[in-house]
Amino acid sequence: MKKQTVTVIATSVITVLVVLAAIIIFLPTLGPRYLHPLMMGDQPAPTSLDMSNSRLSDNGLYRVSWASDPSSPPLNQIHAWTIHIETAEGQPVAGAEVSVSGGMPQHGHGLPTNPQVTQDLGNGDYLVEGMKFQMPGWWEVRFDITAAGQNDTIIFNLTLK
Amino acid sequence: MKRVLWILGGTILIAAAIALWTASRPVSWSEQEIAALRSLWIGSLPPLPPDPSNAYADNPQAAAFGQALFFDTRFSANGKVACATCHLPDKLFNDGLPLAQGVGTTTRRTMTIIGAAYSPWLFWDGRKDSLWAQALGPMESPVEHGGTRTQYAHLIDEQYRAQYEAVFGDLPDLSDQTRFPRAAGPVDDPEARAAWEAMTLADREIATRIYVNMGKAIAAYERLIAPGPSRFDQYVAALLENDREAMQSALTKDEVAGLRLFIGRADCIKCHNGPLFTNNEFHNTGVPAADGLPADDGRASGVDQVIQDEFNCLSQWSDAGETGCADLRFVVSTGEQLAGAFKPPTLRNVAESAPYMHAGQFSTLAEVLQHYNHPPFAPLGRSELEPLGLTAAELAQLESFLRALSGPLNTPAELLASPQP
Ligand code: HEC
Ligand code: HEC
Ligand SMILES: [Cu+2]
Repeated sequence: MKKQTVTVIATSVITVLVVLAAIIIFLPTLGPRYLHPLMMGDQPAPTSLDMSNSRLSDNGLYRVSWASDPSSPPLNQIHAWTIHIETAEGQPVAGAEVSVSGGMPQHGHGLPTNPQVTQDLGNGDYLVEGMKFQMPGWWEVRFDITAAGQNDTIIFNLTLK
Repeated sequence: MKRVLWILGGTILIAAAIALWTASRPVSWSEQEIAALRSLWIGSLPPLPPDPSNAYADNPQAAAFGQALFFDTRFSANGKVACATCHLPDKLFNDGLPLAQGVGTTTRRTMTIIGAAYSPWLFWDGRKDSLWAQALGPMESPVEHGGTRTQYAHLIDEQYRAQYEAVFGDLPDLSDQTRFPRAAGPVDDPEARAAWEAMTLADREIATRIYVNMGKAIAAYERLIAPGPSRFDQYVAALLENDREAMQSALTKDEVAGLRLFIGRADCIKCHNGPLFTNNEFHNTGVPAADGLPADDGRASGVDQVIQDEFNCLSQWSDAGETGCADLRFVVSTGEQLAGAFKPPTLRNVAESAPYMHAGQFSTLAEVLQHYNHPPFAPLGRSELEPLGLTAAELAQLESFLRALSGPLNTPAELLASPQP
């Protein structure tokens, strides 16, 4: 092997080591952007989440969809949702008993409010009042639905900006 | 020997080049981070939310009347206390004290009123649900103004009749002092309370109506006190226009690093979010009890008080129908997360508003950040905080960012002093 080659290789190897050592030493001051997202405080939501707002309930009894007013759920503002419930075959479900809950799985807390279905709007539509989200990030909203003696649950995912 | 020199020289050169490259690389924000910055930006502050419980909330005459009341020390037990005694306009509507001094000493620290009109809940524990209902708390508190509602009704009659009537209509005749004693109200003082209980229900309602209207006028004034842009806001405005030079002149490298921590690894944005840097909800951050005071259970008691409050949104004194009271109707009233939970204060102007926390427990921002870095067990309930593991250098960056949140009020100067008659 030529002497020059050895010089070049040694230089590169030492440089790499020095740079790595420097990064490790100065990581706390450099900030998280070099290791993103590993070092971000707020871990991103799992990428496999189903974010759609129309889904089949856990046991396949109901197809449920939600719409918020304003159309994307606002931060820190109490607002209303309308949910639509139909059977898997597409028949609107009347007279359902619906309870609402939810929270942030990554933070281990629930909703800041106690939202409730306050009105059966007919045609399978229900008014949900008292919705509120007080942090940006991944939220779950869960509806427990009982109609004609049949009970099923659906959990929606959404990301608040 | 020569070879060693070559290696050494090469290493130094390459390392220098890498260092230069990283240093000169402009700070870049991801799309997600830009969304977070925009949400904190003062430009994202929406118009004032309406207050359906107060029909006079946006009435300029009511606001002018409210301003006079805010600064008038006659509305107190000793003639020396006004709202402005604790909420000093030249101290950003704070008082700089750990515990407030009125007729007596409170058990909590004064909060600013800047931006309070955006909050559905007032006080550290949210025991009031509107600005006008809030204003009626200190006026009858034995340690703040210390007066009574009939005392205030007589004062309005004698000092502010024209201004009152211009907004609220005819003031009832209060001249019969057997019907309207000089000092009567549902307060701690036994004599004033007995006098109050001796009044007829109808007369009590007459006095209470005047009292409520005072609160509604003060609220109309407080709604005009708005925060102005800080260097942080200039930075975001420049970022959104992609103006690198303006970005650099708005915030230093350290401040930008602190900002990155704030929205990233330190996750302050969980609770201090939106353009006022608060979500106006309630969180347990395990701040130790103040010396000489019992641990404060915060929201756990606050929520019971607001539900029972004589002046809440669903009360007979509110101008809202049921639909205007969503926050109260759907409030969470039980659960262990309420114990020791407090409303996060706005962080705008935080450098100017020491001491910190609900009873002034910390006197510097450095102490506050130490608390967040190594959160202790909560004196009551369970703290939501996790250790941050930040270095001293990072804590300094975070602090320098907090200091870049100061800015002048976006409020005309004539609103910041007692009105000239
Ligand atoms: C003795 C000092 C003192 C006086 C006088 C006083 N306050 Fe306060 N103010 C405080 C303290 C202390 C708090 C926090 C108390 C608590 O949470 O229990 C506070 C809280 C507030 C808040 C809540 C802000 C928020 O974000 O929740 C508003 C608004 C307010 N005061 C307005 C007023 C008005 C209006 C008056 C006059 C009618 C007034 N204050 C009189 C000390 C005072
Ligand atoms: C879990 C919610 C939460 C998080 C996360 C959080 N805060 Fe707070 N913050 C609060 C609450 C609640 C208070 C008031 C606590 C009290 O008085 O007991 C507060 C108070 C403060 C104060 C004192 C302000 C004053 O005027 O008294 C500062 C400064 C502050 N926070 C900065 C930060 C910083 C910086 C971070 C990130 C490291 C952060 N906060 C993270 C909820 C939070
Ligand atoms: Cu959360």
